[in-house]
Amino acid sequence: MVIVGAGALGAGNAEALVRAGIGKLTIIDRDYVEWSNLQRQQLYSEADAIARLPKAIAAKRRLEQINSEVEIEAIVGDAGPEELEAIAAEQRPDVWIDATDNFDTRLVLNDVAYKYRIPWIYGACVGSYGLSCAFIPGRTPCLYCLLETVPQGGLTCDTAGIIGPAVQMVVSYQVAEALKMLVEDWAALRGKLVSFDLWTNEYAAVRIDAVKKEDCPTCGRHPSYPFLSYDQRTKAAVLCGRDSVQIRPPVQREYEIDELAEMFRRQGLQTEANPYLVAVSLGGGKRLVVFADGRALVHGTKDVHEAKTIYYRYLG
Amino acid sequence: MTLTINGETVTVPDEVKTVSDLLSYFQLTNKLAIVEVNVRIIEKHEYGTTALADGDRIEIVHFVGGG
Repeated sequence: MVIVGAGALGAGNAEALVRAGIGKLTIIDRDYVEWSNLQRQQLYSEADAIARLPKAIAAKRRLEQINSEVEIEAIVGDAGPEELEAIAAEQRPDVWIDATDNFDTRLVLNDVAYKYRIPWIYGACVGSYGLSCAFIPGRTPCLYCLLETVPQGGLTCDTAGIIGPAVQMVVSYQVAEALKMLVEDWAALRGKLVSFDLWTNEYAAVRIDAVKKEDCPTCGRHPSYPFLSYDQRTKAAVLCGRDSVQIRPPVQREYEIDELAEMFRRQGLQTEANPYLVAVSLGGGKRLVVFADGRALVHGTKDVHEAKTIYYRYLG
Repeated sequence: MTLTINGETVTVPDEVKTVSDLLSYFQLTNKLAIVEVNVRIIEKHEYGTTALADGDRIEIVHFVGGG
């Protein structure tokens, strides 16, 4: 199985599935552990936050303590079209679990899942609200059929926060559907988009089979998988719940972390490093964190242009 | 008009006549949502023309991105 994202939903799904004793779990995440994650991201500890460990690495370490018989592969990186297609082609997972925090990645995952005919289970939450739905190629419509458009901003935990029980509820829906798929009990699947609000005590469920569109670019008669063919520009994304922007260079770079840290120190910048990343304080409340593959997080801004400027100023 | 929305009995003002009106009443207009009326999903282009009647059973699920 593959879990895309190792935040709150990723950590919850991973622990439940590893305790259930699945054979192999791959978990991919681009971020590292911070103090504010500990309120809900159950695999991580204060020591992980102090060390700024990449979430995929910290997750793997904890999961191996929980059940050493499950093979865990940790990928520190962005879940873009190339990465997810490579995983699909090489590993042929039985199920994808969506634990991402944005719709751009979900629509890429939706395309990859339908192209390689692998079920995926959507999950999302914000505040006390959450929802989930299993998308199964050949059996159900896809996420794009439901959305008809790409949602723009304003729908993440950035402003609303999140309570732990909402995470656990979504995790429960996702894991239950995953277990049904793993034992091939297809008749037991819910077949509905389900949502709840644990604060206002609401619940809703909508049967999705009727929304399948024959001209859907992902699951219709002539699929083009539009989200796999985005041109290779420098990509930037505001991170969920954080005053941060991720910058992803058009071509993957390979930095020697030690050399990179030394370069920043020579510029007189306060620099800390671990084997996976370098963190640099830039003053004015801004920090730059660079991973070995050239991805960077610019903290202290939500302005994508400002973040790109900072990235290229320091990394060229 | 009295509707059953997500399992709860809700009375809405008389101005609420269509699915569009209902979504604006609940301030969901700018959110991406799936709306089901009497077990039929309403396409987005039908929101303005789908009239609601007393006793309709409605399910509204809106999408969020966090995780």
